[in-house]
Amino acid sequence: MRKLKEFIIEKLILLCGLASILFVALIFLFLLKEGLALFKTILPKDFLFGHKWYPISEPALFGILPLILGSFLVTAGAAVISVPIGVACAVYIAEVAPAKLKEILKAGIELLAAIPSVVLGFIGMVTLVPWVKTLFHLPTGLTALSGSIMLAFMAMPTIVSIAEDALYSVPKTYKEGALALGATHWQAIWRVMLPAAGSGILAAVMLGIGRVIGETMAVMMITGNSAVMPASILEPVRTLTATVAAEMGEAVVGSEHYFALFAVGIVLFVISFFINVTADLSLHRKK
Amino acid sequence: MFKKIVITLAVSTVAISAAFSSKNANSIQIKGSDTMVNLGQAWAEKYMEANPAEFISVTGGGSGTGFSSLISGTCDIAMSSRSIKPKEIDLAKGKGINPKEITVALDGLAVVVNPKNPVEKLTLDQLAQIFTGKITNWKELGGPDLKIVLLSREVNSGTHVYFKEHVLRKGNAGFQEEFAPQALMLSSSQAIADEVAGNTGAIGYYGMGYISPKQKAVMVAKTGSLEFVSPTMDNVINGKYPISRPLFLYTNGEPQGLVKKFIDFILSQVGQDIVAKTDFVPVQK
Repeated sequence: MRKLKEFIIEKLILLCGLASILFVALIFLFLLKEGLALFKTILPKDFLFGHKWYPISEPALFGILPLILGSFLVTAGAAVISVPIGVACAVYIAEVAPAKLKEILKAGIELLAAIPSVVLGFIGMVTLVPWVKTLFHLPTGLTALSGSIMLAFMAMPTIVSIAEDALYSVPKTYKEGALALGATHWQAIWRVMLPAAGSGILAAVMLGIGRVIGETMAVMMITGNSAVMPASILEPVRTLTATVAAEMGEAVVGSEHYFALFAVGIVLFVISFFINVTADLSLHRKK
Repeated sequence: MFKKIVITLAVSTVAISAAFSSKNANSIQIKGSDTMVNLGQAWAEKYMEANPAEFISVTGGGSGTGFSSLISGTCDIAMSSRSIKPKEIDLAKGKGINPKEITVALDGLAVVVNPKNPVEKLTLDQLAQIFTGKITNWKELGGPDLKIVLLSREVNSGTHVYFKEHVLRKGNAGFQEEFAPQALMLSSSQAIADEVAGNTGAIGYYGMGYISPKQKAVMVAKTGSLEFVSPTMDNVINGKYPISRPLFLYTNGEPQGLVKKFIDFILSQVGQDIVAKTDFVPVQK
């Protein structure tokens, strides 16, 4: 009886373990099935490199290059803002902060991660957008920059907590050795700790970027959503995610537009897959 | 122990499936045009006051969303601010759905600018040139030297489609005019109202029910030689205002049972009074 119980439980956990892989595979298959149907009527070249996105016109134009560039522009902007602040914050928490402050900071960062993105989007819309508009004398504040700033807030918790873990797992002896050789505290951090934790920090950055590129609600609310080839970060852009979210309701199941949105989903999946693999590889290289 | 779990599971499964399978015969799902959500909700509230045993739920999402729900069978009535497309009829027929159109109100589409903008009136031709990106500065229209910020609704909006077909393309199906790609796509009429209220260079469009003192509705004329008129109820009824449109409900086949009762209510005096109260134009006198 005991053996049987043991056996059943073991198999049950195995099933749960396999389930997650199964789900990913099924989602990917569904995505492929629906998305690839588009390419019966549209050339992949026109889809990926077309400059015009007019999904409901006759004939419809499905060029997602402006959307891809829009996503990249917002993400790059968010990375430029969040990576230096995030990594510096992680260094402070892991190396400099006194124990009490450390706890407060960590709790604060976790709280930041818990804010729903629609709330951040709303706050951005009423505070940040008018501010960006007046500061840069723009015709409108709904720009890629506004999106980047808001998304930087979302990437920060991921970057800080993983980078801090990476710094924490550097053997104590490294730092002690550096200090014993006469290095100052800052020299030890800059020359020894950061390089030693380098791959972990890279993983933190990649995962933060992965979070940004998949974000939907906040960017839809504050980037203006115009599908134009972006010329500067101070112009409105339309991202891949916002396009799917805004248009999925309208697309009739089985129409060309519907397949196109799934194809956009494939592109997003491929992008975030690469980001995650890069993060994973750099995490494992460390060990 | 095991027995207990199994019994609990079995009981809860039965209970849950019972709750979901008994489709409530006393409720109607209505979905579609954002322009009509307030109107739909006002109808539903008044109707449910008189018929407390029946339940009507009204949600928005855009005219296209309404059609795709009607076609996939997830709503009983679709609200729409545009006619159904031939493509959508084909899709519906393929799923055994037979869309039936009922006109329930009229709506004037207002073109709005910031109250600080001195531009008072525009012709349809000028509007088309503005929204296709051929005119990009207010000074070309007698206003200040200020870049025009175009505000449009997302493509799932019936208002977007109507404006494109009747203003940009002037009702000519052969025309290929499109919204300029730099137009900002906002997800609701309210978002357009807010942006126009706060941006002196902005121009947008929406159903005239959304006009408030924070925006200025420009007067529109079909051509320069005709009279410029503002989007008021009287001008829509007498046909002077050039950008007005019918609002529809679509049902699957002839309305029956509860759906018919609700639509009869909408077309009654009480229902049409609600139309006027929510700033649309009644179709029945």
